[in-house]
Order: sequence, then structure tokens, then C-alpha cells
Amino acid sequence: MRKPWWKILCTILLVYTVTGGLIFSVPAREILAETIRNLYFHVCMWFGMMILFTASVVYAIKYLRSQNLRDDIYSANFARVGILFGVLGYATGYLWANYTWTEYATSGQILKEPKLLGAAIALLVYFAYLVLRGSLTDIDKRAKISAVYAIFAYAMLFPTIWILPRLMESLHPGKGGNPALNFKDSDARLRMVFYPAIIGWTLLGVWISSLKIRLDLLKEKSILQ
Amino acid sequence: MMKKTLSLIAPFLFLLPFLVSAQTSDDAQRKYTAFDMRSNGKIYVLTACILIILIGLILYLVRLDRKIGKLEKDSK
Repeated sequence: MRKPWWKILCTILLVYTVTGGLIFSVPAREILAETIRNLYFHVCMWFGMMILFTASVVYAIKYLRSQNLRDDIYSANFARVGILFGVLGYATGYLWANYTWTEYATSGQILKEPKLLGAAIALLVYFAYLVLRGSLTDIDKRAKISAVYAIFAYAMLFPTIWILPRLMESLHPGKGGNPALNFKDSDARLRMVFYPAIIGWTLLGVWISSLKIRLDLLKEKSILQ
Repeated sequence: MMKKTLSLIAPFLFLLPFLVSAQTSDDAQRKYTAFDMRSNGKIYVLTACILIILIGLILYLVRLDRKIGKLEKDSK
């Protein structure tokens, strides 16, 4: 990962995402109209978040096996950048929904919306991860407890993001009702930008976390073996 | 190195708006040609703006990357 090729790839993919995402033609969708292009931005934030959280839990498990503080630093910084992506996904989702599928919904419907609730719970669980880390001063204890908690937090992603929102009625585009907006029948024009966009945004997240990790490794140099 | 390239580019930045207006000012009909900064609800302008922000952020990341790399080298 020290080689720069993936950073160049990230730049190229993101430039392509923005250019293609705004200029290429998109299929006509009810309600969404041109905002379907947000598929390349809003949805990619969530993909980036999930992948970064996965990296975080992998390093948490690695820490528990090796007791090497280096793994703890990796795990914590992947989680931090993952949270950043999640917050950006939520913020863009708020704005997007405001002008599309919540426009004719009652506030009761919006409050019961499983995707919003699930994502909020998942993010709060991860906020608690940061609070937990901040409240422990002993370095080894902090690393151990937060590694265990990181596994729990990741496990909470399954019901809150991946399972429950798909089982319940929802106005949010995607699974669970409202088939007119179903992205599952998204066509080749969308996919041509969407998949590169996921890779590009995720690589950007990995890049930012790698910088934070390297800085932390420098800061904690005296206690790392 | 960064400073040098910046100081080379900076004097020419003021030319940018002229480049854009040169395409559009001479003929009103050209406003409606297909590939033009003013066509399609000016979407190309928006795209260019977002690209500037994106590239600015990425250059910032590259600089941070270099700085941290230097710190790593020094502490070895």
C-alpha cells in the first residue's frame, strides 16, 4: 500500500465520477428526476462507510489475536473515517429525501422510516465507540475494550442497516415497497458510473485513514515495538 | 516544488474568464450549440466547479501525504 498507484486510481475514478455523474445521460425516474445522479454520491458514502467499518473490525480482531497496538491504531482510524462517511451519507440523504420521497409523506411516516432509524442507530453505536475510546486513559485497556466493542458495533450493522430496513415497509428507494423507485432495475447507464464511483470514494476513505494511521504511528512511536 | 509551480501558474489565472467568454460573446446563437459552457442548463459550469473543489481537496491530501512521508523519514 506504500506505492502511489491506488491514489492515482482514486483521483482518476473520482474525476470520472463527477464528470460522468453530472453529464452522462440517466434513465428517467419518477419523483427523483435528475437527482438519480445522487446514486453516485449519496449511496457511495454508505458503501464507503461499510467497507471502512469492515476494515476496522478486521483490525480489531487482529489486535485481539496479536495484542499489537499497531492494529489498534489501524482499527480506530478506519472506524473514525467510516463515521465521517456515514455522517456525510446521512446529511446528503436528509437533503435528498427532503425534495423527493418525503415531500408527500406525513411526519409520522418519516419518523417510522426503517432506513433512517436503522442508520441513525448504527451511527450512534459507532459514536459511542469514540466516546468509549476517549474515556479510557490506560492505553492497553483502551485498545482491548475498544477492540471488543468494535466487533459488537459491527455486528449491530447487520440488523440495523442490512436486515431490518429490507424487511419493513419503506418509502426510501430500494427494497421494501415503492417498486417504481427500485434501484434493482437500475440500468447499464447508471452502473457504468456507479461501480467506479464506489471504488473511487472508498479509495478516498482509505487514503484519508492511511494518513491518519501514519500520523498516529509516528505519535505513538515510543510505545510501539 | 509546489510553490514554484503555483507561482508559475498564478499570473495566468486571470485569463480563465476570458477563455470562457470568448466562446460565447460573439454570437447569440452559439449560446444554444451543443457543447458549450452555457448549454444544458449550464451543467458544465457546475461540473467544472465541482471538479475544481475535488482536485483542490485531492492536491491537499497529496501535500499532507508528502508532509507525513517526510516526518516518517526524519524519525527513522
